[in-house]
Amino acid sequence: MRENKHHVPETVERLLDSTLESVESAEELALSVAQRAGFDDDDLMKIGMAVRESMVNAVVHGNRYSAHKKVRFSATHHDGRFAVRIADEGEGFDFAGLPDPLAAENLMRTSGRGIFLIRSFMDEFQMRHLEPVGTEVTLVKYTVSK
Amino acid sequence: MSVKLNTRQVGDVTVVDVAGRITLGEGSSALRDTMRELVGKGQKKILLNLGDVTYIDSSGIGELVSGFTTVTNSGGQLKLLGLNKRVKDLLQITKLYTVFDVHEDEGGAIRSF
Repeated sequence: MRENKHHVPETVERLLDSTLESVESAEELALSVAQRAGFDDDDLMKIGMAVRESMVNAVVHGNRYSAHKKVRFSATHHDGRFAVRIADEGEGFDFAGLPDPLAAENLMRTSGRGIFLIRSFMDEFQMRHLEPVGTEVTLVKYTVSK
Repeated sequence: MSVKLNTRQVGDVTVVDVAGRITLGEGSSALRDTMRELVGKGQKKILLNLGDVTYIDSSGIGELVSGFTTVTNSGGQLKLLGLNKRVKDLLQITKLYTVFDVHEDEGGAIRSF
C-alpha cells in the first residue's frame, strides 16, 4: 500500500445529470480523491468499479436517464476513511428483493451483478430510502484494514 | 477510448479481437452487435480474444454471458482467450470463470474447438 502522505481531509461534491457521461465523471472524481488518500492500484480499481456500478444504478435504474432528475455525488476522505455517497431521485426498490447473482438459477442472467460487485469491492455498503423520493447509497473503504 | 473490435478467421474459427472498455453504452453494445452478426451468419466457433480489454463492468460481463447463451443455443461454441487479472478476477468473483472455456494461448484455444 502506497504511504499516505496526504493527511488533509478532502470532500468533493457534485450535482450530476442522469447520463452515462456522469458515470464517467463520478468515477474519475472518486478515483482522484482515492488516489490522494493513498490507495494502491488494486484498491483503486475496486473503488472505481464500485463507484461506476453505483452510478449506473442511479442513472439507469433510479433516474431512468431523466433530464429532470439529478444524481447527488460526494467523495470524502478523512482520517483513513474514504466514503462515496450517491443519491438518485427515483422511485426506489425493495432492497431485500434483490436476487442472488451467484445462485444457480441466476448465474446465466445478463444483469443483476452490480450491487454484488459493490459489496465485494468495498469494506462497507449501505442503502437507504430517501424522503420523499430517491435512494442513497454509501460506499466506504479504509486505507488501513479494519 | 471505448471498444475496438476486429474479426478474423483462423480456419473455421472466428476470432474477435477485443480492445478497450466493455462498459455500459457504446462498448457493450458494440460487442453485442458483433456477436449477433456472427451468429446470424452461422458462425459456430467463436473465440473472444480479451487480451487488450482494459476495463469491463457488470454490463460487459452480462454481454459475455449473453453471447455465450446465444452462441450455445445456436449450436455453437464461444470461448475466451487472454484474460487479464481484472477480467479473470471478475469472472471468478461472479462464479462465471468455470462456465466459460478460458485459454491462455491462441493456438491451444483454436485446437480446442
